[in-house]
Amino acid sequence: MTLSVKHLLGIKELQPEDIERIFQTADNFKQVLNRPIKKVPSLRDTTVANIFFENSTRTRISFELAEKRLSADVVNFSASGSSVSKGETLIDTVNNILAMKVDMVVMRHSASGAPWFLANHIDASIINAGDGINEHPTQALLDAYSIRERLGDVKGKRVVLIGDIMHSRVALSNIFCLTKLGAEVMVAGPPTLIPKHIESLGVKVEYDVKKALQWCEVANVLRIQLERQHKPLFSTLREYALYYGVNRQMLDSIEKEIVIMHPGPINRGVELNSDVADSKQSIILPQVENGVAIRMAVIYLLSGKREVE
Amino acid sequence: MKTLLDKNQLNITLQRLAHQLVENHLNFQDTAIIGIQPRGIWLSDRIAGMVKAITGQQQVDYGKLDITFHRDDVHQHDIHIPAPTDISFSIEGRNVVLVDDVLHTGRTIRAAMDALLAYGRPKNVELMVLIDRRFSRELPIQPDYVGQTVDTIITQKIKVYWAEKDEKDEVVLIDQ
Repeated sequence: MTLSVKHLLGIKELQPEDIERIFQTADNFKQVLNRPIKKVPSLRDTTVANIFFENSTRTRISFELAEKRLSADVVNFSASGSSVSKGETLIDTVNNILAMKVDMVVMRHSASGAPWFLANHIDASIINAGDGINEHPTQALLDAYSIRERLGDVKGKRVVLIGDIMHSRVALSNIFCLTKLGAEVMVAGPPTLIPKHIESLGVKVEYDVKKALQWCEVANVLRIQLERQHKPLFSTLREYALYYGVNRQMLDSIEKEIVIMHPGPINRGVELNSDVADSKQSIILPQVENGVAIRMAVIYLLSGKREVE
Repeated sequence: MKTLLDKNQLNITLQRLAHQLVENHLNFQDTAIIGIQPRGIWLSDRIAGMVKAITGQQQVDYGKLDITFHRDDVHQHDIHIPAPTDISFSIEGRNVVLVDDVLHTGRTIRAAMDALLAYGRPKNVELMVLIDRRFSRELPIQPDYVGQTVDTIITQKIKVYWAEKDEKDEVVLIDQ
């Protein structure tokens, strides 16, 4: 009755039933988060290490809150100010943390594939909190969960991912997650930011953002990841905002009211204008709220049966 | 396999339990009924309906409580998938009657009390069960309203069938 996987490395490895089970469990945790006492004792015998080799606000706080609301003990680790700067390897770092009796690892790393590498070398369950330009599974789960909450279902819905598809792990995880759940997915943005052959993942490609918006029911606007772009892929941010940014005027020019999402942090005035981000069409803050429930569900479901020592 | 209660006997027992509840709580102004997920809710559905019929009240506070996250054996079994909790009223300062089908070790009720207190501080909490397996207790928990008390050993099982989901009303004792 649990998940088909021991780790949550990527959405790619999940079955649609796993995703449904995570959503169903998250529904219950959402109820828990709305009671006067927002905490359950389920994981009081579990210790979780949050290992972040890359910066994060939302994801890290969300994971930490999720762990604390499950009554787990939490240790936080960030690469800056640690022995990583003295040249310690990833496996050594993690094994030293695990030697202190840690049961589960949440890791963010700038190298794509790092959590898979780690999973081959340690026994603890690993949750990928974002690896390079590859996957960010819990973000995709909370995005799909938020669509399900707003529109009733994900199946059959038309979702467009707009922006830096090339460097976005949120985009790849979203594509896997939404297609597994039966949604129609389109990617839109400048040709230089959309990988070649992405159609092979079962998505449509559109270079005109307005046309993409006319097609969809949900638009997930992604951040321009300047820190990962090692060569110029568009002339200026101003030009990008002009041709690919989502603004009020553009949304008013299409007849229907579409749902606007953003995984954060927003570059206001670049990919998304404030008059859209702060409007009632936007579910950006509900996404953040759902993030805690989704992460509680993932941690709870992966905590699994344990041999008594 | 032995039938403990057939359809007719079960109905008489439920009527008695509902009347005992009304006897103690009269018009249910300060009392709420809460069924324990997943199996207790079939009993609590019936009891809540009967209480409404007996008292003539349109509105009796009735909720359902899931205890999955409060269990004391989370990592001894495969992870349990929770059922919904639905408590749409405040239990602060109220009388709460917890309802479950079979009382066995008492661990479910311990978890239920823990889960319940996360929603507020009730004035008092009572326990109603259809079947009390009285010699199997592992915790000091006793029911206030009992349908039938049975003496069982650990290898035996009690199965409660409800017409709403099993197409028959019956309580049986199974030897294994």
